[in-house]
Amino acid sequence: MTFSDAETRTVVVEREMPFPPEKLWRALTQPHLIEEWLMKNDFAPVVGHRFNLRGGWGGVLDCEVLTVEPNRTLAYTWNFTHDDAAYDLRSVVTFTLTPTSTGTHLRIEQSGFRPNQPQAFGGAMVGWRKFFAELEQVLMRID
Amino acid sequence: MEQPHEILFRTLADPTRRAIFERLCRDGDQTVGALTAQAGVSQPAVSKHLGVLKQAGLVRDRPDGRQTHYSAQLGALAPLTDWTHRMAAFWEHRFDDLEDLMKRMDQ
Repeated sequence: MTFSDAETRTVVVEREMPFPPEKLWRALTQPHLIEEWLMKNDFAPVVGHRFNLRGGWGGVLDCEVLTVEPNRTLAYTWNFTHDDAAYDLRSVVTFTLTPTSTGTHLRIEQSGFRPNQPQAFGGAMVGWRKFFAELEQVLMRID
Repeated sequence: MEQPHEILFRTLADPTRRAIFERLCRDGDQTVGALTAQAGVSQPAVSKHLGVLKQAGLVRDRPDGRQTHYSAQLGALAPLTDWTHRMAAFWEHRFDDLEDLMKRMDQ
């Protein structure tokens, strides 16, 4: 499987939270709290710890803790292994907490690396149904 | 407000409508009559589905004499195929849940 820089994708979402960083950190690092807003998990705030995030849609993400700076930075890999390279995903998510006068500025950055995938829907429409199956899973989680 | 990908998904969630759209993707331009012959539903029903697809920007119609030809607009799928858009929407929703959780948590 080959990856190239051109296929790197980065997503950034930021939000002002009217809560102190210490409290947000608990929600980001305690398994029973992570489950309430993200997914079922066996997370531990230890660099090198491998864990899974299990979605209600049946998907399982393979993760490994990369950075733990209490109340400031948390990073882990966010990988989805799929037999079909088009759905295989390698990415890293990084949460950054910055104290503000009213609470915390929370930022998440996700950088993903995807192998070649059939983007051209005008072509043979290969993988169309699979695409929808995957899409449904994604949207079920968004609801 | 409904997001672009939500509109697309709602539009394509109907199996009959999706089959019509897939057929246009696969076989190119079609008339309502040709689509009806394959769809397994009545012509008014096919026309209605085409209207919904058109509203979502997924098909375009081109009058040709007494016939109207429909074609798929694959560019309209961009919000669904764009990974960054999907993941950003995912995290926005997760942050909503996180904020709700924070309100419930003890200090």
